[in-house]
Amino acid sequence: MATEATAEAGKAVGMPQLDFSTWPNQIFWLLVTLVVIYLVLSKVALPRIGAVLADRKSTITNDLAAAEELKQKAVAAEKAYNDALANARTEAAKIIAAAKAEIQKDLDAATAKADAEISAKAAESEKSIAAIRDGAAAAVAEVARDTAAELVAALGGSADAAAVGAAVTERLKG
Amino acid sequence: MEGELALLGKYIGAGLATIGLGGAGIGVGHVAGNFLAGALRNPSAAAGQTATLFVGIAFAEALGIFSFLIALLLMFAV
Amino acid sequence: MATEEHGSGLQIHPMDQFVVKPLFGDGPVEWYTPTNVTLWMGIAILAVVALLVLSTRRRAIVPSRGQSVAELFYGFIHKMVEDVTGHEGLKYFPYVMTLFMFVFLSNMLGLIPMSFTTTSHIAVTAVLALLVFLTVTLVGFYRKGIGFLAMFWVSSAPLALRPVLALIELISYFVRPVSHSIRLGGNLMAGHAVIKVFAGFAGVMGVASIVPIAGIAAIYGLEILVAAVQAYVFTILTCVYLRDAVGDAHH
Repeated sequence: MATEATAEAGKAVGMPQLDFSTWPNQIFWLLVTLVVIYLVLSKVALPRIGAVLADRKSTITNDLAAAEELKQKAVAAEKAYNDALANARTEAAKIIAAAKAEIQKDLDAATAKADAEISAKAAESEKSIAAIRDGAAAAVAEVARDTAAELVAALGGSADAAAVGAAVTERLKG
Repeated sequence: MEGELALLGKYIGAGLATIGLGGAGIGVGHVAGNFLAGALRNPSAAAGQTATLFVGIAFAEALGIFSFLIALLLMFAV
Repeated sequence: MATEEHGSGLQIHPMDQFVVKPLFGDGPVEWYTPTNVTLWMGIAILAVVALLVLSTRRRAIVPSRGQSVAELFYGFIHKMVEDVTGHEGLKYFPYVMTLFMFVFLSNMLGLIPMSFTTTSHIAVTAVLALLVFLTVTLVGFYRKGIGFLAMFWVSSAPLALRPVLALIELISYFVRPVSHSIRLGGNLMAGHAVIKVFAGFAGVMGVASIVPIAGIAAIYGLEILVAAVQAYVFTILTCVYLRDAVGDAHH
């Protein structure tokens, strides 16, 4: 085995792995290294990374919960909006119906009043027409009677006023 | 002359020892190939078995490394 | 070295990169001497601190790039321990994380040209594997008492076969640290030696050295994969072994 020539200008004689004179050195430094790494990991690095990961997990969970809550709120808000909308619609419909009823009532009253006025006027007109017609009829009978009496006189007869009047009335009744 | 003969034997032995690496190659290929065949049959189960795959490859390879070590020992340490 | 002794052809020294030498002077390598091992292990520590401590110092809920990487490593190993070892095994999570970070960063740092790969040394990987082996054995006996030995007694096998199986299980149990360490060290050493051999070809081939250089680039890519996969394998095997000690031995 090549123990005698190891330090000779970095040239390997045989396998350096089997040069047992360097084993204590390697083992010593390896143990030192492992202990240092173990302490660094177990005291500092691993707890820290574990805490960060746990933090992140809880943050994500919280955020998800908050998002869920916000979503619920949004849904509730939408529902409230829809409710309000529906309420407003029914209210509006009610108001419209009321207004319609009011207008209808006014309209009915106005119509009734107008009808009454119209019928009153019509009756009045009828009355005056009747009066005029009566007047006219009376005037016609008068004229007819006078004319008939004049005609009878002109023809040389002597006219009995009552007889002429009865004849004219007879003819006017037609 | 005797030294020459010993050297000859050393080199021949080292060369012969490397044949063992072929066995390791066959073994690793077998493991990986069978894993692939199984993985293609049931891809959903394959992901969970990669650890087993690597352990199997490691075991198959270790024996090849042993023969490589013998070759190195013959070349450099004997 | 053979090629040196005979002064022939190629001057390739694929093993030179693995030599342990003192940082200061040329003295002998005592157990306390600061060597290149010390240097690169120190760099690995600094890398761990930079990656897992400095990058997370802001503890941001929305992570920066560095913090994302740190969290990625944390989550990866945490999930591995939990999946493989079970919930009980999470107690050993810092231990497994230490092994993973050290092996992974040493492998990666070793890929820097002119660097020194600490995990390519059997001394290092053997200690890592023995630590795992001792941990598993001690934790197993501590948690399960003598019942830990039931692991070797395969109760699902026919009675006649059980002693034979127990012997095989026992042997495989004691071979574990060997294969565990040689696998890591051997893979790393092989990859680096191959790159070095190709580099040696490139040195003597003149214009045609473009071919070995392209080869080095390809192997370098492969080595990055190997560095990550071997760290992964080392860690997951640690978890598998820990399961024997911590979880239900048979499932």
